[in-house]
Amino acid sequence: MLIKLTGGTVYDPASGVDGKQQDIYVQDGKIINKPTSEFLVDKEYDLKGKVVMSGAIDMHTHIGGGKGNIARTLLPEDHRNDPVASTHICRSGCGHAAPSTFITGYRYAEMGYTAGFEPAVLPINARQAHMEMGDIPILDKGGYVMLGSDDYLLRLLTAKKDQKAINDYVAWTMNAAKAIGVKVVNPGGINAFKFNQRKLDLDEQNSHYGVTPREILRVLATAVKEIGVSHPLHVHGCNLGVPGNMETTLDTIQGIGGLPMHLTHIQFHSYGTEGDFKFSSGAAKIAEAINKNKNITIDVGQILFGQTVTASGDNMRQHANHKFASPAKWVTMDIECDAGCGVVPFKYKDQNFVNALQWAIGLETFLLVEDPWRIFLTTDHPNGAPFTSYPHLIRLLMDRTFRNDVLSTIHPEAQKMTTLASIEREYTLQEIAIMTRAGAAKLIGLQNRGGLSAGNWADITIYTDNVDRQKMFEKPDYVFKDGELVVVDGKVVHTKWGTTHVVKPDYDKSIEKDLKTYFDKYLTMKVDNFKMSDDEITEDGRGSLTVHELKAVA
Amino acid sequence: MSEITEVPSPFCGIGTDDLTIKVDGLKISVVENGCTVNTPAFEHEITDTKARINSKEVSLKEAILHAASLLKNTNYPVIAGCSTDVNGMRGLLALADRIGAVVDNANFNNARKNILALQDSGWMNTTLAEIKNRCDLLLIVGADLEGFAPRFFEKYLWNEAMFLENTSDRDIIYLGTKPSGNASTSPSGKAAQVFECSNENLPEVVAVLRALLKGQQIQAESVEGISITDLTTIAEKLKAAKYGVVTWAAGALNYPHAELTVQTISEMVKDVNQTTRCSGFPLGGKEGDQTANQVCGWTTGYAARVSFTKGYPEYDPFLFETNELLNNGEVDALIWVNAFNAKANPPQTNLPTIVVARSGMTFEKEPDVFIPVGTPGIDHTGHAYRLDNVVAIRLKKLRDSGLPNTSEVLNAIEQVLREESVC
Ligand SMILES: [Zn+2]
Repeated sequence: MLIKLTGGTVYDPASGVDGKQQDIYVQDGKIINKPTSEFLVDKEYDLKGKVVMSGAIDMHTHIGGGKGNIARTLLPEDHRNDPVASTHICRSGCGHAAPSTFITGYRYAEMGYTAGFEPAVLPINARQAHMEMGDIPILDKGGYVMLGSDDYLLRLLTAKKDQKAINDYVAWTMNAAKAIGVKVVNPGGINAFKFNQRKLDLDEQNSHYGVTPREILRVLATAVKEIGVSHPLHVHGCNLGVPGNMETTLDTIQGIGGLPMHLTHIQFHSYGTEGDFKFSSGAAKIAEAINKNKNITIDVGQILFGQTVTASGDNMRQHANHKFASPAKWVTMDIECDAGCGVVPFKYKDQNFVNALQWAIGLETFLLVEDPWRIFLTTDHPNGAPFTSYPHLIRLLMDRTFRNDVLSTIHPEAQKMTTLASIEREYTLQEIAIMTRAGAAKLIGLQNRGGLSAGNWADITIYTDNVDRQKMFEKPDYVFKDGELVVVDGKVVHTKWGTTHVVKPDYDKSIEKDLKTYFDKYLTMKVDNFKMSDDEITEDGRGSLTVHELKAVA
Repeated sequence: MSEITEVPSPFCGIGTDDLTIKVDGLKISVVENGCTVNTPAFEHEITDTKARINSKEVSLKEAILHAASLLKNTNYPVIAGCSTDVNGMRGLLALADRIGAVVDNANFNNARKNILALQDSGWMNTTLAEIKNRCDLLLIVGADLEGFAPRFFEKYLWNEAMFLENTSDRDIIYLGTKPSGNASTSPSGKAAQVFECSNENLPEVVAVLRALLKGQQIQAESVEGISITDLTTIAEKLKAAKYGVVTWAAGALNYPHAELTVQTISEMVKDVNQTTRCSGFPLGGKEGDQTANQVCGWTTGYAARVSFTKGYPEYDPFLFETNELLNNGEVDALIWVNAFNAKANPPQTNLPTIVVARSGMTFEKEPDVFIPVGTPGIDHTGHAYRLDNVVAIRLKKLRDSGLPNTSEVLNAIEQVLREESVC
């Protein structure tokens, strides 16, 4: 089947196309060049006046794994406000803050997204993460495996094992958990909480291991680089949510010594201590550091007002914040000498000074970081807001008048503490396409995704241009996934299954000897039963694996 | 004949995965690391291999078509049992969504005691490896732990730990039910402390324990036969422990509103965490209970007592109970799914009944359709959740029985109904 998309205005930053009228040809799921010999178009779409981008990619969204399911079970009252009935095409479920898997897939697709990446896959919970993502239709998916508070790594560090040993363990874990990246959450802090430490600064030692977060960050960032994983170490830093944590964040950037590093939901790590309430924006300083340090990428973790639920591996900080739970119920777990999690429902209020300023800090960050290839659009779904609020967020970024209108309604003291009103920048369509498509694919190391040139998979979203950017991005005219039309006028018309993106870095097989001893002695599972096999993802006939190439290592 | 090692068990809930199993044709013997729960469950023999309609043996296809025809015009069917692996639950939920059924896990009345407490105030819980390596005080409330999981002490407490010099020094305290054996006595001979009372009296006892922990004055000298001095000692030990763990079995709390006891325990654990570390650990989740709740959780947003009759999932932990629905004459068909336990019979009913269950069931009243299916972890691969609700174990296929999987059968029924609804 040959599909022709005729005359649309194409925004394809991956090939440097910025708003040019172009035809696109699709065959067997992929984008092809215009055939040179005679050809017959099976289906043509007239896209004159329409905006064409590749399918959007959410590089940090909590869509699979145990803490998400705890959040679901915890919040029946939230689901009751957004029940979703089945249709002859779609399954039923629930939406809003902790949506069911099927609804997650449909609603992402209905906004023009074709891929989402779960950033917090606990090695011991990897099966669950992949099984949940296996029930998310349409989207491609993948996960970043969490290390840094696992006792095995900390034992390697205490035993002064060399970097090669760390690299082998990281590569082994990525294979075992079917990951495409590596994340660290409150480096060593989740582990320290199990020893009753309640905070852990960048240079503070774990009371049992004597290891500091700074050391963990350095060895993991080095490992990720040396084994050739495209996605830099994905870092949820120390002291999340603590006033004054901008200093920790700046120190983290300096301390990594030029290694590639991705700082996630940086909004939650950009707080100063100025003003009457001892809470202020550190966005300007953080943005300045990011503009200067080209090795750093970030996603924002924008908060938006309303009810949501925060689900994080950082049980140390989640426990510290449990008194803000709304409704007043919360869960933390210590998990298998591997990691932990904490789930705290949250209601961000525009008339609450702190929440209002958090909102402004996120937007300041978006607008002050200059290079759209190094910043990504996230709400850290569902932690800052559900992913369904992205079109609203895009409007805030693209429309200064709208932004300032909203700003004028938030807590007055917060308005005084932000420079937002004076920032003139408005994001362009091309910059949005970079943040949500080409940049994300490049960051994660996805080959043949996130672009519209020949050879790419045909993940394509088509919008009607509209000065109300929220309306425009809420309801694409068409969405194609792997060349199949899945959405028309913002509604799913057809479903299919996406692939799971992974990397499979090599490691020295001899490390399994020590791992086997460790598992037999201390853990509750045999090491061979711990490792996920490929067929666990593919055996139901729906899932598939796409293995991406590693970077050549110098 | 072959021998398979490191076999994980879906039966005991604690995810034992060190079984050695001998397979001789269809005959299975547990040769190493069996227990009174796992060995009989693995060794249960296959007796039926053929599906039946009204007692008459038929092909699988005929049985599936007949099941679909029975379901086609139902208004309010219930799918009960829900005891299978992850893929089986996926198929079950797809079918429920298609026919507008109630989905109700057989053990939900027990799970409900925990889920209601979770949904009202939450908890701080832990998992098996944390207990094994950190727990220096285990308080067992109203549960016979070794009766529940015969190898729990041997596997998780009386051997080497990363953070305890001598694991024999762990403090074990029973409150309520006393232990049925001596598994809780450490290898060096340190015995558990037992403060016995009837489980029905645990609400009072646990409430006083929590009050003492919070430093409240108690005027009484004893509560339900347990002295305040003893309870004060327990409270002091919880506060002094580095990593205390409080465990309970919802299934053993057999009195009205036991969820309040679970809540008191969980809130008490939170209180202890103001100064030191302490975690809760609910016992439960055998034979696919956690699996049902997990898969139903991500598919619908709710734990496994859900109705699809309105076209979207609705959750009600009381209204959608199978026995109530049957007794009140509210439902018009029963589908019973249990791939693990051939002794778990469907409830008695005169309604059209379809049973998709483990080979070897004996019925008082033959169902309209019986489809024997393979057992996950014996006849086919699969995934099942452990009691700590975090770890999904990868189940192995041990033999070639030719029995279909739960998911194949339920997906096939759903497929027939889908095609009919399109035509
Ligand atoms: Zn996150």
